[in-house]
Amino acid sequence: MSAIALTLGPVFFHWPAERLADFYRRIADEAPVQRVHVGEVVCGKRMPFSDPCWPEIIERLERAGKEVVLATLAAPATVRERRSIAELCGDGRLVEVNDFTALPARSGRPFVAGPFLNVYNEAAARFLAGQGARAICPPVELSLAAVGGMAGACPGVEFEMFAFGRLPLAISGRCYHARLHGLHKDSCQFTCERDADGLAVDTLDGQAFLAINGVQTLSSQVHAFCPSPDELAGHGIRRLRLSPQSCDMIEVSKTYRALLDGQEELDSARFILSCLDLPGKMVDGYARARPGWHAVAAVD
Amino acid sequence: MELVCPAGTPVALRAAVQAGAGAVYCGFRDGTNARNFPGLNFSVAEMAEGVRFAHAHGARVLVAINTFARVGEVDLWLGAVDAAAACGADAIIASDVAVLDHVASNHPEVNLHLSVQAAAATPEAIGFYAKTFGVRRVVLPRVLSVQEIAALNRNVDVETEAFVFGGLCVMIEGRCHLSSYATGRSPNLNGVCSPPEAVSYDEDRHGVAARLSGFTIDRYAQGEPTGYPTLCKGRFRAGDKTGYLFEDPVSLNAGSLIAGLKAAGVTALKIEGRQRGKAYVGEVVRAFRRALDAVEMGSDAVEIDRILAGQSEGGRQTTGAYKKTWR
Repeated sequence: MSAIALTLGPVFFHWPAERLADFYRRIADEAPVQRVHVGEVVCGKRMPFSDPCWPEIIERLERAGKEVVLATLAAPATVRERRSIAELCGDGRLVEVNDFTALPARSGRPFVAGPFLNVYNEAAARFLAGQGARAICPPVELSLAAVGGMAGACPGVEFEMFAFGRLPLAISGRCYHARLHGLHKDSCQFTCERDADGLAVDTLDGQAFLAINGVQTLSSQVHAFCPSPDELAGHGIRRLRLSPQSCDMIEVSKTYRALLDGQEELDSARFILSCLDLPGKMVDGYARARPGWHAVAAVD
Repeated sequence: MELVCPAGTPVALRAAVQAGAGAVYCGFRDGTNARNFPGLNFSVAEMAEGVRFAHAHGARVLVAINTFARVGEVDLWLGAVDAAAACGADAIIASDVAVLDHVASNHPEVNLHLSVQAAAATPEAIGFYAKTFGVRRVVLPRVLSVQEIAALNRNVDVETEAFVFGGLCVMIEGRCHLSSYATGRSPNLNGVCSPPEAVSYDEDRHGVAARLSGFTIDRYAQGEPTGYPTLCKGRFRAGDKTGYLFEDPVSLNAGSLIAGLKAAGVTALKIEGRQRGKAYVGEVVRAFRRALDAVEMGSDAVEIDRILAGQSEGGRQTTGAYKKTWR
């Protein structure tokens, strides 16, 4: 059985181009992740800012030996957004499909089904495999047991679990950053750029709850699913996905690598993660078949 | 345009049909449809009888099997499809590719409608479902403007159905995990959003807190009427602001846009509300029947507004995303 691989998911947030370039330079040089997903998946309006920097980032990552996957928009609407998906689907690299819009353009060629695609059961997974899905990262609300059930029934597909980062919970046609600032989406002034991990949304009683990122809603808490390698292998899971946050993602990826290689104990891995500058408390409810906000066992 | 009306129970089905529904939509009594509440929905025998009643009165029955099948339990969803076909359903409304595939492969005689839960909003996505499964009609996500719907209809060759009245989902349906994050139960997997068993109203010296799984979704002063804590219609704090961050506690009423939706090429208008009783369903369907007939006869907007005056879900209303300013 080969080792469980690590994937770095696409950045959900509106990071300036220089920040993206710096981030991926370090990932290329230092992060023990095998596959790196790049591209804008949340808001097509941000694409003009980041589009120019991807060629250099991709070259740098590939020269460092990473497999680059091109991620596509989760909720395309405009002609320009749809055209960008078709262009990405024509690339020779692997593509992360996050909406069925991409399937006709990618038909028959290999792709990764991203977490925004509704693949909830083994029959749907088999159908997508027939369309070209080589790897599937199922929706975040599915448990380890559920993903394991799919993996057991689809041995030809690589199953990947969303393991680290604020959970992508919802996407809308409406921009909440714009609405909060009294603006409309069409004239949003890109206020989402101010919040590198999204903007915290607390309840009226001060409970940390959600975070907004333009048209996206995330959890306030940070999903930090730390399984043992045996547990993952037993469920047929082949990859864990780490979703970029502004904390030290090199340290995050090294910690997961050490955990999966048996060089770090579960409790100490959780402790190391908890010491990073995370935007919220660590939770893993979804993976454990509980409400998503349920906390990871306490770390002393 | 076809008027597609909610039927949460056999009694509501009869009320909707008698009030002038062109079609009713309903589901079986289990988690295979997106309104899985105790006391709602149909047994197989009730469905067969509902179809007989509707057909005798010139209405169609569309069966919603539109949640996503759970791992290891796919047969429950496929069995619901077989049962709907055996009952003589005019169409099956589905979103899971496994369910769509089963209908296309085993019941080619049954019309297939793509549920709003599939969130298909581009010509490419709709074209994929049409080509792959023979989908005839697509229920559009409630986040598109009328202009966007018109542009979409120019680029697809399937029918489209648009919500005109009832609840308003502000997140793209089928892509929202907010309810499962807070409560463990979700629209996609369980057919419920912000489920009643997770709701509590707790009183303290400041008033009443409406909570969902312990998360305060809204607060009300002493004596102020309380609302249901639907997660995305609650009040929250973000930045230095407090308020209805995602959406006000409003419901959708696009009655004034019927003519615009018709001009945009929409084939069917959908009224939401399978949880509602027969009196509500009858009243709303009657009003929309008259409004739709008036539009078909070429009446002006003032006349339509007069017919629909007084139709509300007990509170404020919005035309939602149909007007671009909503975004």
